[in-house]
Amino acid sequence: MIKQFFAIFLTAILTENYILEKFLGICPFLGVSKKRDSALGMSIAVTVVMVLSTAVTWPIYYGILVPHNIAYLETIVFILVIAVLVQFLETVLKKYIPALYKSLGVYLPLITTNCAVLGVTMLVIDRHNSTPIYFGFNYGYAQALVNTFGAGIGFLVAMVIFSGIRERLEFNDIPKFMQGLPITLVAASLTSVSFLGFSGLVNGMFGV
Amino acid sequence: MEKKKNGLLHEFTKGIIKENPVLGLVLGCCSTLAITTAASNAIGMGLATTFVLVCSNAVISLLRKVIPDKVRIPCYIVVIAGFVTVVQMLVEAYSPGLKESLGVYLPLIVVNCIIFGRAEMFASKNKVLPSILDGLGMGLGFTLTLLCMGIIRELLGSGTVFGLPVLSGFMSPIVIFLLPPGGFFVFGMLVAIANKLTGKGKQPEEIGCAGLKGCASCALSSGCSITGADASKEKGAAEDK
Repeated sequence: MIKQFFAIFLTAILTENYILEKFLGICPFLGVSKKRDSALGMSIAVTVVMVLSTAVTWPIYYGILVPHNIAYLETIVFILVIAVLVQFLETVLKKYIPALYKSLGVYLPLITTNCAVLGVTMLVIDRHNSTPIYFGFNYGYAQALVNTFGAGIGFLVAMVIFSGIRERLEFNDIPKFMQGLPITLVAASLTSVSFLGFSGLVNGMFGV
Repeated sequence: MEKKKNGLLHEFTKGIIKENPVLGLVLGCCSTLAITTAASNAIGMGLATTFVLVCSNAVISLLRKVIPDKVRIPCYIVVIAGFVTVVQMLVEAYSPGLKESLGVYLPLIVVNCIIFGRAEMFASKNKVLPSILDGLGMGLGFTLTLLCMGIIRELLGSGTVFGLPVLSGFMSPIVIFLLPPGGFFVFGMLVAIANKLTGKGKQPEEIGCAGLKGCASCALSSGCSITGADASKEKGAAEDK
């Protein structure tokens, strides 16, 4: 069981990297990755919000929406949950941990419209359903949380790697029409190629 | 009267080339990159987004005097999410294959910054008719860009266009264009071509996304300042940060 959790975790980081393989959260990837510090802050904030929102949306989906046959409302409910959660987190951090708020606070309002957060909550609901229950412990819920956490860490890894690449890009002599976004996208393409190399790694390691 | 008509026509056409939401403003890049592995997916996604864009622009424009300024962002989100749910159900009913191939990216239209950006920048300040035309134009621009990328990636990646074999005799398909790296690469090249054709610094200044609060994650100043300002200004902005 531990092995399976580890496999889910590694898959989410490497082979199914949300930015480089699934194209979720491209906007902060292109926007905030100019400096390593801001890339790190943004990714930590995204990871926290991802895990918290999955922790809330998963029980809502299987506990309220599915039994009442209103699963089609998932989009509206999830986006509202995420928006409320972000607001809540901002208020709590501001009141109790002002130091953390100062470093992460600027990124929080941007996260509501981050497609990686909404995307991960929807994907884990499709993938880890609520059926396997062992000893009153809901196995699917734990899997979903592990998957989400892995997705957040994968986001962080991609952001930090890419911010390093972008810092180097600044010093290069680039043709005028390629400057800025186009060359960044080409660099992202090459980074993405390197992550393709991980495909099959998890299968080979764990045989799942 | 003549002038007014020109104004309306302008609202419609500006989104297609001059202020193209994807290539010019770099909004909604997630779905642009993810679903353009085939031209038919691109059209489906483009039309779905256009529908949501037109409807949400119309409703938000109607409600622009009712919605209090402080809670406008949650209100917009609810309106947009409602229409996205409608689209999801329509696609599921009439084109299950499309739903299969778009997958999670269909509900993710909610967080597509084009829709949010137009609601905030245009529909909340203008009357209903211009807002609808603006939505149509922007949606059309989005669809055309997606189609362009879809055709390029499908042609190079699997040698077909809309499923019809085109390149079968000439060359073997370059599979990497269907994979994520190819998406980034083709998008980068298209932006470069758009930059070359329009010439930097010709973009109207007011389109800058810096003032957009909720959407700032997508409408990042980097994307906007790069396409929207000339090189010297871009440098200045970078130093400001």
